[in-house]
Amino acid sequence: MRKKHDWMRETYQESLKRMPERRIAHRTLSNIAPEPLYTPEDLEGFDYQKRLGYPGEYPYTRGVYGSMYRSKLWTMRMFAGFGTAEQTNERFKKLLAAGQTGLSVAFDLPTLMGYDSDHPLSKGEVGKCGVAVSSLADMEVLFEGINLEEVTTSMTINSPANAIWAMYLALAKKKGYDWKKLGGTIQNDILKEFIAQKEFIYPPEPSVKLVIDTFEWGPKNVPRWNFISVSGYHIREAGATAVQELAFTLADGFAYVEAAMERGLAIDYFAPRISFFFDVHNDFFEEIAKFRAARRIWATEMKERYGAQNPRSWMLRTHAQTAGVSLTAQQPLNNVVRVAVQALAAVLGGTNSLHTDAYDEALALPTEESAKIALRTQQILAYESGVTHTIDPLAGSYYVEWLTDKVEEEARNYIAAIRKMGEGTPYPTLYGVIRGIENGYFQREIADASYRFQQEVESGERIIVGVNAYQDEEAPEVPILLIDPEVERVQAERLARVRRERDEARVREALEGLRKAAVSGQNTMPHFVEAALAYATLGEMMDVLRKVYGVYEEPVMV
Amino acid sequence: MMDAMDRKIRVLIAKPGLDGHDRGAKVVARALRDAGMEVIYTGLRQTPEMIVSAALQEDVDAIGLSILSGAHMHYFKEVKRLLDEQGASDILLFGGGIIPDEDVPKLKEIGVAAVFGPGTLTQDIVEFLRREVPRRRARAGL
Repeated sequence: MRKKHDWMRETYQESLKRMPERRIAHRTLSNIAPEPLYTPEDLEGFDYQKRLGYPGEYPYTRGVYGSMYRSKLWTMRMFAGFGTAEQTNERFKKLLAAGQTGLSVAFDLPTLMGYDSDHPLSKGEVGKCGVAVSSLADMEVLFEGINLEEVTTSMTINSPANAIWAMYLALAKKKGYDWKKLGGTIQNDILKEFIAQKEFIYPPEPSVKLVIDTFEWGPKNVPRWNFISVSGYHIREAGATAVQELAFTLADGFAYVEAAMERGLAIDYFAPRISFFFDVHNDFFEEIAKFRAARRIWATEMKERYGAQNPRSWMLRTHAQTAGVSLTAQQPLNNVVRVAVQALAAVLGGTNSLHTDAYDEALALPTEESAKIALRTQQILAYESGVTHTIDPLAGSYYVEWLTDKVEEEARNYIAAIRKMGEGTPYPTLYGVIRGIENGYFQREIADASYRFQQEVESGERIIVGVNAYQDEEAPEVPILLIDPEVERVQAERLARVRRERDEARVREALEGLRKAAVSGQNTMPHFVEAALAYATLGEMMDVLRKVYGVYEEPVMV
Repeated sequence: MMDAMDRKIRVLIAKPGLDGHDRGAKVVARALRDAGMEVIYTGLRQTPEMIVSAALQEDVDAIGLSILSGAHMHYFKEVKRLLDEQGASDILLFGGGIIPDEDVPKLKEIGVAAVFGPGTLTQDIVEFLRREVPRRRARAGL
């Protein structure tokens, strides 16, 4: 066969003499510089069985399920939440009626930070970027008229995850649903909060302890529940590259595995219920490569390094969300196109669940109309584009396989560097991640990548349509969602009623049980459930642990 | 003696409230620093009182607030009120984040000098400060 470098010299270079390369960054968002062409030479010695295998089989590069989208489409799960529990309940019912197949709850900042709606620090923030949930009473309203055994519910909650999950389970119990039949996910990934999203309350070590309580308690009590969604999304949105997102997320995943092993749990007891959540950004092929590499790295590490034997422990099941950070406030309708391209990459990457962003998210929370267009985008991909006929259709592409290998190699280098930081401890990934958080390693890596990207945009090396090229003079009027300022009052009233009507002795006893469990290092989950059933508020539960564990402040750096 | 007008521009970049989205704040802080300004970044979870007290202590020319949580009306109002109360109305207040167009006039009405939304080039913020800070200094007789 004719060699690639001969073609490069004789044809490509000649072509450049007549027509030079365009002056843009021929580099992926992770700063990988692909060559102009890939050929069989780039995959010399490629071992199909070892690198890819078949769908539903180790190492799962081609997908975790045997028949993938031919049997079951990805779950269309749109993240929603704003204002009061009543308003979000209404939005949920509309999304379900529009054909959405799973619920996903966005909480407001006070809830994410473990404050009740009437706490002084909650002022101005109640119901703004999600729904406010301060007690079981709010949870009752939020899921009114929704059959919890029929839907699966994902909840984006981290530091207060134990308490919010306990409220959901308390609701199910009161309504007579069987915990064994409940399906859903709590995000519960505190490490990425320290790394990127910054909604942490307690210091890293007790925070991880609370996560591992769910690993220990979850499988035997709520066996169909994913008690963690190890998340790269927020790491990416904070400015990381695709490679950093992949590496830091998998390192977090391995850190939890090690923390659970440190607790003495058997890997095949908890690992099958670990789930993931990745961003899907603009660089089409790099994103596809990222999903494929993620499955391969997870499977090989779980099997070979950690000794898991249950194939379900090897499978990286993931949700994906299109990149909010890539959406522009300028010419917002262009975002419909960006979201479609990103969603297509997630599907070609074999995601198991997907949220598509609404075009107005650089302006405000989505309106009913914009959220519906985002859902319709997924339905068009699923039913009209034909991409679901064949599993992992890009496998064997010289470029995609080269890029998958490259992304894997660079991610593995990062993971090795993180483990080096934890050297000398029995659990190097766990303590490497914790040290990296405490010394600002992750924050610095992400801030550097995000600044480099901004400089590329400002120099015009990277084009963003409507922002640094093809700008419009006039900005169109876009209808946006306004949050009713009454939310704060409605919430305060419901909280006052809860505090007035509940059995105070039972609340005090439950909170004392929680405190004792935290102090003695026992599993906190049964105590959270009892406190939730007693209508203890979120703030009360979190305050008990604030007193036991203290609160964390991160090192400030730019 | 150095001419007062040539003193380096000092800017406080602050993250008020519970919002943890700090990508924009950090990018802006670095860009202003690269442009030769002295930048103090507060870190996360600052109350309006903490922000105003840091601004006075650091003797800054301008405060930039970054808010992506939708709580911008509340925090800008509070910071402005406290600045006025402390007799520091001459400090230039600006900001950015996820702020709907219709809120921009309301913010300007309470005295916010500029609002920079998503997609802003950091160069525009640099130019804004180089233009406005000397005017403020002249007006305040600094």
